[in-house]
Amino acid sequence: MSDMERKVVIELDNVKRDFRVGSETVHALRGVSFKIYEGEFVTIMGTSGSGKSTLLNQLGCLDTPTSGEYYLDGIPVRNMKRSQRAVLRNRKIGFVFQNYNLLAKTTAVENVELPLMYNTTYSAKQRREAAIKALNAVGLGDRLEHKSNQMSGGQMQRVAIARALVNNPAVILADEATGNLDTRTSFEMLVLFQKLHREGRTIIFVTHNPEIAQYSSRNIMLRDGKIREDIENNNILSAEEALAALPKPQDD
Amino acid sequence: MSFANLIRVAIRAILSNKSRTLLSTLGIIIGVAAVIIMMSIGQGSKESIRKEISKMGSNVITIRPGADMRGGVRQDPSAMQTLKISDYESMLSGLKYVQHVSPEVTQGGQVVNGNNNTTTTIYGEAPEYMTIKLWTVQEGDCFTEEDIRKNAKVCVIGKTVANELFPDGQNPIGRSIRFKNIPFRVVGVLKSKGYNNWGMDQDNLIIAPYTTVMKRIAAQTYFSSINASALSEEVSEKAIEELTALLRANHKIKEGMDDDFTIRSQQEIMETMSSTMDTVTLILVVAAAFSLLVAGIGIMNIMLVSVTERTKEIGLRMSVGARGRDISRQFLFESIIISLTGGLIGIAVGYLGSWAAQMMSLPASVPLWSVLLSFGVCACIGLIFGYVPARKAALMDPIEALRYE
Ligand SMILES: Nc1ncnc2c1ncn2[C@@H]1O[C@H](COP(=O)(O)OP(=O)(O)OP(=O)(O)O)[C@@H](O)[C@H]1O
Ligand SMILES: [Mg+2]
Repeated sequence: MSDMERKVVIELDNVKRDFRVGSETVHALRGVSFKIYEGEFVTIMGTSGSGKSTLLNQLGCLDTPTSGEYYLDGIPVRNMKRSQRAVLRNRKIGFVFQNYNLLAKTTAVENVELPLMYNTTYSAKQRREAAIKALNAVGLGDRLEHKSNQMSGGQMQRVAIARALVNNPAVILADEATGNLDTRTSFEMLVLFQKLHREGRTIIFVTHNPEIAQYSSRNIMLRDGKIREDIENNNILSAEEALAALPKPQDD
Repeated sequence: MSFANLIRVAIRAILSNKSRTLLSTLGIIIGVAAVIIMMSIGQGSKESIRKEISKMGSNVITIRPGADMRGGVRQDPSAMQTLKISDYESMLSGLKYVQHVSPEVTQGGQVVNGNNNTTTTIYGEAPEYMTIKLWTVQEGDCFTEEDIRKNAKVCVIGKTVANELFPDGQNPIGRSIRFKNIPFRVVGVLKSKGYNNWGMDQDNLIIAPYTTVMKRIAAQTYFSSINASALSEEVSEKAIEELTALLRANHKIKEGMDDDFTIRSQQEIMETMSSTMDTVTLILVVAAAFSLLVAGIGIMNIMLVSVTERTKEIGLRMSVGARGRDISRQFLFESIIISLTGGLIGIAVGYLGSWAAQMMSLPASVPLWSVLLSFGVCACIGLIFGYVPARKAALMDPIEALRYE
């Protein structure tokens, strides 16, 4: 496919993000430009502190650049109203936080229902059904009523993934979504992401694990707030095959 | 977020912090209960005054000598002598709206029967007085027109006088008692009316023919007042006009000159009293309302703390798509529910308090509108004092809120 035919979902134009810490200024992003097309599965890698989370926050309409423009579906996010951005986060984007950000003292299913609470087209019943479906997809169908403080780190991470999927988003942004999972569960999640990718969703996946890049269609390397490398992967590996090749767990 | 979800989320947040919520509602509870108790006592007093006055005869018209100078200048003593026998006699016929008339002369003094004595007031009246003031003679009879004509030394006594002078349960009828050394034969005992609202014993009196009291006790030729009754409550205004015209003619008062007498109906007296009660009630309610203001500030304070504590939650909700208005509604609902809960408990406590007041024989009756008003005021308090915290929450930046520790 040529660039002309594919639809651009995300376009960054020289995006910079500075933070003021006391009297100093931290340049978290120092001018990032790229286009992401509909249906791409992009992995973003880079050392700790290279600006991956900051970048993802921009893409998720959670933060606005200090300078430069971010166009989502061709519309500059800077010009949108706060409430418009909220609606985008609610309907178009699914976001998995690096530190999960679950509601405390709240059950898994309620946590996953949360985005749908802000979508009045869902009835209480539909909301619950969708939440259960998403939890089943991440393998937590048997943990519906567990509260967030009664779950392991990996389980919480999977609840966070389910929450990002529950609103059927066109764009999925995941920050270290498998960072706390064992190899096997990581691959299970990758299978899930590849399936979503096949369904035509755009996925941007931040990871520290270079192996994961092989299962995506494109890999962007960040260093010090700048893009160092941006390569297409023409030989996407199948996570399903990799999962099948893994040694079976002994205690099953 | 939908209405049902907002309520669900708010109640959940409130329940997760029960003791704090309870403490912050305490101000509302006390404020609302105070308002309700004040209003119930105000209302109860008014009702009981009304009842009291209708017991005394609701269409009574009182004519007093002297110009209407409520709280005004002292008048010449001669001005207090304007009601004469001729005035009374002229009222007995030819008036369309006046039913009964009784002149009145009163004197305070001691009444004695053997070793027993008590201080009381003797009322010189016509027999019509019984009808006008709704007195019933329980034992014996009232004195008659005949007695009036003959200046007879007969009297009807109130229950208190009867009990004081005849402590052993003897029958007072036919017995002789002495008022200021003048012997009176008791012909009747009045049915008790009890104490009135102002704690006055209405049964401590002696009623005798006005002629007798004027000549033998007061030694005067004028009346201290004249009581009349209108045909009905509705025409009491007309009766007053009639009496005014008659007295002005009798006293030859020229047009443009002031009356030398004052006529007031029981209704007017009642209205004056209830408007006084209204003022007192208002002052008390305003004082109680101030405590509601303080309670509102308490709620605002607790909501501000709650917003700060839940900064992370706010950031999270925003990041999954809550708009500023969803967040502000969430906190507004919370503060409204807190203040309404306080209001409901306050109303219950108010009812209890007014019941307790009744038990202490204070007149109290909770007016329904005060309950509705309190409820409305609580909703407003929640809305007004929840606004600042809710706005603070709504204006948070999602990422900064998420990073808050
Ligand atoms: N809110 C903030 N205030 C100040 N500095 C910030 C803020 N957010 C990020 N930074 C700085 O920006 C830089 C990039 O941070 P970022 O979180 O994007 O890194 P990262 O690539 O996600 O790292 P990691 O792999 O450890 O998650 C860091 O130096 C960090 O200190
Ligand atoms: Mg990060």
